Amino acid sequence: MTVAVLSGKLLSFEAPEHEAGPGASLTVRGLAKSFGASRVLESLDLHVPAGQFVAIVGRSGCGKSTLLRLVAGLDAPDAGRVSLAGEARMMFQEPRLLPWARVLANVEVGSGQQRGQPDARRRAREALDAVGLADRAEEWPSVLSGGQKSRVALARALVSRPSLLALDEPLGALDALTRIEMQRLLEAVWLKQRFTAILVTHDVGEAIALADRIVLIERGAIAMDVAVDLPRPRHRGDPAFGALEERILARLLDGA
Amino acid sequence: MTQTLRAETRASPLVDLKAPLARLAAGVSGWLIPAALVALWQALSSLGWLADSVLPSPWAVLQAGWRLTLTGELPRNAEVSALRALAGLAVGGGIGFALGLANGLSRLSESLTDSTLQMVRNIPHLALIPLVILWFGIEEEAKLFLVALGVFFPVYANTLHGVRSVDPHLIEMAKSYRMSRADLFLRVILPGALPSIFVGLRYALGIMWLTLIVAETIAAQSGIGYMAMQAREFFAVDVVVLSILIYAALGKLADVVARALERYCLAWNPAYRKV
Repeated sequence: MTVAVLSGKLLSFEAPEHEAGPGASLTVRGLAKSFGASRVLESLDLHVPAGQFVAIVGRSGCGKSTLLRLVAGLDAPDAGRVSLAGEARMMFQEPRLLPWARVLANVEVGSGQQRGQPDARRRAREALDAVGLADRAEEWPSVLSGGQKSRVALARALVSRPSLLALDEPLGALDALTRIEMQRLLEAVWLKQRFTAILVTHDVGEAIALADRIVLIERGAIAMDVAVDLPRPRHRGDPAFGALEERILARLLDGA
Repeated sequence: MTQTLRAETRASPLVDLKAPLARLAAGVSGWLIPAALVALWQALSSLGWLADSVLPSPWAVLQAGWRLTLTGELPRNAEVSALRALAGLAVGGGIGFALGLANGLSRLSESLTDSTLQMVRNIPHLALIPLVILWFGIEEEAKLFLVALGVFFPVYANTLHGVRSVDPHLIEMAKSYRMSRADLFLRVILPGALPSIFVGLRYALGIMWLTLIVAETIAAQSGIGYMAMQAREFFAVDVVVLSILIYAALGKLADVVARALERYCLAWNPAYRKV
């Protein structure tokens, strides 16, 4: 069995199916991961075309966050491979800002370059502008609200123009209104930059509002894989939205 | 204290007037008791209730200070003491800082050295004075050695603790953003460890003066402690008291500098921000 993690700038062996935008296609083959005696993922296969927005839903402990960490290259799989024709960036559950660095310097961290490069500084300003926080560049993170902190984290994730953005429930801790604002911002940025997005979430409504496709993971394997064919922007009041939400929730509760 | 002050002034309509007044009051209030004590001391001496041979008046101490400043004895001894303190701090603190970083970053380094250091730590450094006098006599090395040994452990232990307690989430984030090892250290680990390192530094400053006082009193031919011992032989109580006050002033000065440095370096932390 081949054990390889391909991340960084290595090319995958398959040509991407879609050439739209700077996103990269992702292929996961036979991925397995155990922590001690518990097998979290068992031979998982997944193909995500370039530029697609995929939401991964599932109960706690189903392996969805593990899958995301393997895709982003944070952990190494026990078996199988992840092929990605580009660089992945991770947006974590918490903002994880450096409290001792100003907002702009925090965004610069995402450029992956040495500190203080004029080019990195300019791009950090652009990214901050894109999330609507250009005027807070010189603040300390401690004075920002929770929503503002996650916007800085988003700017930091996007400053290097990654071809894949892995989102590990980044909006989970926000209040309901801020959360909806962040979802809209995330959708707007994705529509503009067309990176491949993989969002792990507990919130089925959030998954339907944002994703092209929803993958449901159960006990380390894909249990459901549905396309979301709703026009954007999506409205929670829409009957088709509600019907899909009902269907996925029923499947989630069923798999208990 | 500053937090409550801030909250009160914000709630008040007289913000502009109250805030500076409150700051002034906070600045002055700390000096009220020391000033009252000095006034009481002077009064007791003037009334003759305190004999000059027991405790000379503040005014007499000031005069002694002025006299010794004019002869150059006081500035010279103060300089010698300050240089000894700083040299010992630089050597001991520098080694403690370097070993703290090394043991915080490398398990190998820690397993090699930490248990040895913990064993040595259990020897009170002032207990080594007889041995130090045998080794170095009363030369400069003796004072340097004792001060360096005294400041080493607080700096070492707090640097190690600071490096260890940096949020692992931040380190993972930095690694996932392909931060270089040098940048990881300079932008994440060192700033994260800094609050703890400052705790170690301020603790070390206290030990630094204490060690120096003892060393200069027992084995020295210059410095404030030596000046005090000389004065004792001639029953010059005013100079003895002056020496004690000079030590207090030097200690306070070092603490003020360390606090200012702390506030500057940790401005990101709301707990250290100015009102």
